[in-house]
Amino acid sequence: MITVENLTKSFQGVSALNGVTLDVEAGTVLGVVGPSGAGKSTLARCVALLERPDSGAIRVDGTDITSLDGSALRAARRQIGVVPQGDSLLRQRTAAGNIALPLESAGVPGPQRRTRVGELLDLVGLTDKAASYPDQLSGGQRQRIAVARALAANPSVLLADEPTSALDPETTGSVLTVLDRARAELGVTVLIVTHDMGVVRKICDDVAVLEQGRVVEHGKVLDLVNNPISRTSSALLPAVDLNPINESSYDRVADVVLVGFAAVGALLPEAAHRFGVELNIVGGGLTRLGETPVARFRLGLNGERSDSALEWIGEAGGAVQRSLKGPQGVAA
Amino acid sequence: MRSATPWSDVFSFLLEATGETLYMVGVSTVIATVLGVPVGVWLQLTAQGGLRPNAAVHRILGFVTDLGRSMPFIVLLVALTSVTRLIVGGSIGSTAVIVPLAVGAIPFVGRLVQNILSEVHVTVVEAAITTGASTLRIVRGVLIRESLPALINAIGVTVIALIGYSAMAGVIGGGGLGDLAIREGYQRFNDRILWSTVAWLAVLTTVIQFGFTRAARASDRRRHASV
Repeated sequence: MITVENLTKSFQGVSALNGVTLDVEAGTVLGVVGPSGAGKSTLARCVALLERPDSGAIRVDGTDITSLDGSALRAARRQIGVVPQGDSLLRQRTAAGNIALPLESAGVPGPQRRTRVGELLDLVGLTDKAASYPDQLSGGQRQRIAVARALAANPSVLLADEPTSALDPETTGSVLTVLDRARAELGVTVLIVTHDMGVVRKICDDVAVLEQGRVVEHGKVLDLVNNPISRTSSALLPAVDLNPINESSYDRVADVVLVGFAAVGALLPEAAHRFGVELNIVGGGLTRLGETPVARFRLGLNGERSDSALEWIGEAGGAVQRSLKGPQGVAA
Repeated sequence: MRSATPWSDVFSFLLEATGETLYMVGVSTVIATVLGVPVGVWLQLTAQGGLRPNAAVHRILGFVTDLGRSMPFIVLLVALTSVTRLIVGGSIGSTAVIVPLAVGAIPFVGRLVQNILSEVHVTVVEAAITTGASTLRIVRGVLIRESLPALINAIGVTVIALIGYSAMAGVIGGGGLGDLAIREGYQRFNDRILWSTVAWLAVLTTVIQFGFTRAARASDRRRHASV
């Protein structure tokens, strides 16, 4: 749906984007993460058509939109709904009036405009706040109105630039829920630029890690967590604490990543039972990526068939990331 | 010593002078607003980080604006005599004062307006840009509408500044309250007229300021209510 090809941008000789290439499939959510100064904001501003890249292309449905001008540029902007970073609502307009802004720009007549605004207020769960002014709304409500505004003109792509950076964890949840609903109910393709891995954990299908203006990692979140050396896995999976004293009492110690209900729930007891080994979780923990439970455990095993048990776990769908004690590379 | 002017005469003096002042100030404020707001908008559009940045245009316009503001009004009043004659067909009287008053107020309004428009947050303006709004729509619907309360206050400030300037209108026979205080009051040692004019000017200024403050507040939709 939206592809970014080899985008470069520099400011006064300092390069911010160094050949960024991304691809977001229709109806999916991509999270672009990275440390501050990695070029996230510049990328977001280029995709929002607020900044023109030095070279490269941004294609929506195959059409390059980076070199447009005048009314073609304004039409392209309506294709990309933008939730800007920070407070961006007009303070002299009601919530409904703010949502109507893109529709006015698009020349949508009054009655249709009101219907559409009603639908969007419903989508973000703020129907009762239609006549409220931004100063009467909480930070999270304002941000949900900003999402509704971004969706008003039926864009095919929704870009959110640090949509949760100023919000507390609870409010963050409500804004992310709204973004997720937009994808589910409107089928819009979502690109979220964020420094918060929690956002990736909650709603992203794909993730791209940006560092010094380059994409250093790009793929499906659930694939990347299985890759022990990926930054995504180390950021998203529960930490396994080193505890040498505890580990010394086991024949084998290994880290294992389990994805999905079946794996998390049943794999380890089944392995212990099948191979007659003692299998203990000595570290790590359980988390959730979107709806999917994901675990990273450090296992301690005792028994003759410990290696076979680990091998079996690997074959049955768990990823044995490393064996810390015993033969290396037992992984499937 | 001659007896003081009867109060009834003082009132009729004040009434006539107030009419002249309001006429001069009113018309020149309207003209200064109609022409000064676009100057302010243009200054802000061409400023660095504006919607249509253009350093050359911005610098020239800014220079002309500041040149206009640096001109003492009394100088403007006499310097513009020929221009005034061209526009209103004469160079004395209340109507003739309107020309230098308006000319003096346009750059004043322009700078005030630019300062106010520059206060509109860049994220708000950029959000409007991303909705595909045209520059004209952003100027009207965002820049001006968002700062309307401040703009109304600025017009109030202008009105009161112009009442002050119009005191010099007497130089070219414009009349008005300032002229009354100087000519009838001060120069003819008529304390009653001098001080009643001063008092009346204070009342008038307060009332005008009050009106503009109220109008500005009425136009302001920001409410700091609890959620």
